[in-house]
Amino acid sequence: MDLAVEGLGHRYGGTEVLRDISLEIPAGRILCVVGPSGCGKSTLLRMIGGLERPSAGRVVQIGEAPATSLNPLTFVFQDFALLPWRSVAGNVSLVLEDNALPRARRDAIIADVLARTRLSDFAHALPRQLSGGMKQRVAIARALAVDPAVLLMDEPLSALDAQTRELLMEDLIGLWSRTPFTAIYVTHNLAEAVRLGHRIAVLSRRPGQVREVVEIDMPLADRQAGDPELEAVQARLWDLMRDEARAADAELLDG
Amino acid sequence: MADATDSHGSKPPRTDAAASREIRFRGGGFRPQSNRWAGIAVFIVLIALVEIGLRQGWISALTLPRPSAVGATLWQLWESGNLTRHLFPSLSRLAVGGAMGALAGIAIGVAIGLFGLARAGLVPLVAAIFPIPKIALLPLFVIWFGIGEGSKYALIALGTFTPTVVATFGAVDNVDRTLIRMGQSFGLTWWSIVRKIVLPGAMPGILSGLRVSLAIAIILLVAAEMLGAQAGIGAYILEAGSLYDLDRLFAGVVILSALGVTLSWAMGLLEKRVLRWRA
Ligand SMILES: Nc1ncnc2c1ncn2[C@@H]1O[C@H](COP(=O)(O)OP(=O)(O)O)[C@@H](O)[C@H]1O
Ligand SMILES: [Mg+2]
Repeated sequence: MDLAVEGLGHRYGGTEVLRDISLEIPAGRILCVVGPSGCGKSTLLRMIGGLERPSAGRVVQIGEAPATSLNPLTFVFQDFALLPWRSVAGNVSLVLEDNALPRARRDAIIADVLARTRLSDFAHALPRQLSGGMKQRVAIARALAVDPAVLLMDEPLSALDAQTRELLMEDLIGLWSRTPFTAIYVTHNLAEAVRLGHRIAVLSRRPGQVREVVEIDMPLADRQAGDPELEAVQARLWDLMRDEARAADAELLDG
Repeated sequence: MADATDSHGSKPPRTDAAASREIRFRGGGFRPQSNRWAGIAVFIVLIALVEIGLRQGWISALTLPRPSAVGATLWQLWESGNLTRHLFPSLSRLAVGGAMGALAGIAIGVAIGLFGLARAGLVPLVAAIFPIPKIALLPLFVIWFGIGEGSKYALIALGTFTPTVVATFGAVDNVDRTLIRMGQSFGLTWWSIVRKIVLPGAMPGILSGLRVSLAIAIILLVAAEMLGAQAGIGAYILEAGSLYDLDRLFAGVVILSALGVTLSWAMGLLEKRVLRWRA
C-alpha cells in the first residue's frame, strides 16, 4: 500500500499553515519530513492519518492495506500518549481490545511486540515507573501491535535526551531492517532525518511548502553517526533550512 | 591564582572559620507530613480541658455538657440498641440519596464534558441550581415526594448532584486531549474511548468532587431528619435540643462527626485503590 499527498493545503482561521503539498510515500520506505518549528509538520501528519481534514487537496491510499493490518495508519506521538493507569501490557492491549481477537491471540501479539521492543520484563510496570526512552518503546510496541501498513511518527525522539535518542534510533533501524515498514517520520532534527530517511522532504517556514525532496541511497543499516556522506547531506539540508528557520524563529507565534 | 591551583590538589578542603561556612539549608517546609497522633492529641487535650473546666466551675454547666456525661450517654445509646435504631435509617438515607445524586451527577457531568449541546443546555441550569440552599426546598419536596423517605432521598440526591456535576465535567475537560486523539488514531470505538480513556482520566477529579458531595450529603441528611422523621441522627439531635438535653445533643453531634470522619477515611481508601497509578 502506497500513500500520496496531492495538492494539500490548510488554513486555521486566517492563518495559512500548509500550501500545495504533494508527496509520495512508497511502501516499505521511510519518508522524513523536516522543517522549522511551526511550519505545519504535525498538522500535515494528522491529515495523512485522518485525524484532521485539509482545507484543500487530499491524501490518497494506493492499493489495499494488508488484510492482517488492524489499523493501517498508526501514530507514534512525541509525548508517548500512554495511559498512565494502565501497565505496559495494558497499554498495548488497549489498541487490540476493540478487535474481535481470541484472548490467546491477543496475548501472543502483546508478548511478541514487547519482546521486539525489549520490554518483556516490564510488562506489568506502570508508565510512571519507566524512563522516557522506555515509554517511547512502549508506544512503538503499541503501534507495532496493530500491524500497521504505515507508521506516522511525529518527532518520536524529541522528548528524549541525546543518548536515549541514539539508542532508540538504532532500535528503529533494527526493527526496519528485520521487517521493513512504511513510515512518515516528522522531525526537526536533521541528524535523525539523514539516519532514518530514504527520502527527506524539506518544508519551508509557514505556510509550509515542499522546498525540496532529497534521496539518500545508502542502506539504513550502513548509516553511522558521523558518516561523511551523511554529514554532507545534513549540511545541505541545513543550508536549505537555515534562512527559513531563522525567519520562522523571528515570527510571532499567533501571527 | 595560587589559591585556585591549590584547591585542585589533594589537600583536604579548608574549614577554617574565616573563609568557609556551610551553606544554610533553606529548602524546608511546604510539605506537611501526616502525623495522626497530633490530630488525636488535639482532641484529647480539648476534651480534657472542657472536662476539667466544667468540674472546676470555670466553665458554666449551662454552656457545655461534661464530656464524661456525653460518653456515658453514647454508651447507653449503644447498650439500649437505640444507636442502631437511629443510625441505620440515617445511613440508608445517606446511601440511597447520595448514590442517586452522585450517579446522576457523574452521568450528566460526563455528558456535559462530551457533548456541546448538553453543555450549552445544562451548564446554566446547574449554575442556577448550585447556589440554592437545598434545605430551603425541603417543604417543596415534602409536597412532591411525601413526608416519608422520598423527600429525604430527593433532598440528599439534589444536594450531592450539583457539586458532582461540576466536578465531573471539569475533570472531563481536563482529560489529556492527546490521549483521546491517540484512542481515535488507533480506531477505538467511541464507547471504548469514553470508558477506557475519558472516565479513568477524569477519576481523580470526580473522586475529589465526591468528597465535597459527601460532606454536603451529611449536612442535608440531618436537616431532612429534623423536619419530620421518627428515627435518625437528625431527629435524635432535634429532640435533645428541644428538651435542652445537652448530653444527648452532643452525643448526636459526636455521632455525626464520627460519621464524617469514617466516610472521609473510606473515601481515602477508595482513592488510594482507584488512583494507585498516580505517584
Ligand atoms: N488546532 C489548531 N488551531 C489553530 N492553529 C493551529 C492548530 N494546530 C496548529 N496550529 C498552528 O499551525 C501552525 C503549524 O503547527 P504544527 O503543525 O504543530 O507545526 P510543527 O509541527 O511543524 O511545529 C502553528 O503556527 C500552530 O500555531
Ligand atoms: Mg509538531
